[in-house]
Amino acid sequence: MAEVVAVIASTHHPFYYRASTATGEDRPPFADEWVRKVLAFRETLTRARPDVLVMVGSDHFHQLWLDNMPQFLVGKAPFYDANFYNEEREFGLPRLVCRGQEELSAYILREGLDAGFDLAFSNELRIDHSITCPIITLRPQNDLPIVPVYTNIFAPPLPQPKRFVQLGRTIRELVESWPADQRVAIIGTGHLSLELGGPRQFGPHGPDPEFDRKAVEWISSGDIEGCLAEVTLDSLHLPGNATHGFMDFMLMMGVAGDGRKADYVDTYDLFHTMEAYFTWYPDGGGRS
Amino acid sequence: MSKYLLNKFLFTVDRDPELVERYRADPRGTVEWWESAYANRILGCHAGESSTWLQFDEVEREALGSHDYPRLFELGAHPFLTLTLFIAMFERDHPPLGFQREYARRVGHVRLPYPDIAT
Repeated sequence: MAEVVAVIASTHHPFYYRASTATGEDRPPFADEWVRKVLAFRETLTRARPDVLVMVGSDHFHQLWLDNMPQFLVGKAPFYDANFYNEEREFGLPRLVCRGQEELSAYILREGLDAGFDLAFSNELRIDHSITCPIITLRPQNDLPIVPVYTNIFAPPLPQPKRFVQLGRTIRELVESWPADQRVAIIGTGHLSLELGGPRQFGPHGPDPEFDRKAVEWISSGDIEGCLAEVTLDSLHLPGNATHGFMDFMLMMGVAGDGRKADYVDTYDLFHTMEAYFTWYPDGGGRS
Repeated sequence: MSKYLLNKFLFTVDRDPELVERYRADPRGTVEWWESAYANRILGCHAGESSTWLQFDEVEREALGSHDYPRLFELGAHPFLTLTLFIAMFERDHPPLGFQREYARRVGHVRLPYPDIAT
């Protein structure tokens, strides 16, 4: 059986690549500290020695669109081209090609359908920065095959928060039941409070520091019940109009498990958003 | 009201470098051309199978034709699409983050609950 060797959740700030590679006057004052934090975060994956990455993220209206919008979609392809023209344009993100793990994709699709999730699939999925940012931060050598899992946090109507938690639990069960001798890391990215295209965007810090504080506490302590008691589709508008991406963090809490404290927690308060990094080691094997 | 079509305009223009520049330089002409030639294309489908019924109403046409992104926000256009396209067109004319903050200021009159973005 496969082994889940690390569960990782983080934000996916698309400016990290540009900030971390900038030099001279172009290098922002927060870059060095940001790089230091990301290098420490990267080590939490490296030490787990994964063979495969299951990667949860959300398409940002790049390939998925309102004429045919899935709620949850699993990529099943041998390769995934990555990043789009408008991400190069805005964020300076590089084009990438990632290798796929089709056997695990097929297994998650078959077993996921039988477990009650009507998963969509794609044999030609181009992935965007929700999945490439953690490759850039956590595995820049891009040498491991991936299984991308896309969620809809973007185009209402959205699944309820509890559905994200349930899918996370199911992904964990499916990976652990996959009959392959592989070490699997499950990585997901989401947001804390975030506003895009609205009056609270790009302020001196995230739009709702109090939500961020509570969110980090829910995630780091595995407090799924407390989180579900406060978070609804309606309430997520209050901390910022793009905060529904927090539901991908809730999915990762489902992967990590109820009451499971994160083994590694770090945050970084950038000018308009709180970066957050979490790692769990299910069997303790990745701890130094 | 055709929020879907507003979003379709933003989506198809934002992903095409030539259309981004065309919309920046000639908003009314681009909107007129797009509505007549592009609005009814089913994306990912052969052109011969296009739709027949999609069109803007006057308010939407005017908002797009005047680059009026606060109005698009009020109409419930998807804020992510609106932001990324307008950044692509106008960030270059401002100091770093200047356009984003100007954008926030210009929609600052809108209070929660924001306009519904469901299509």
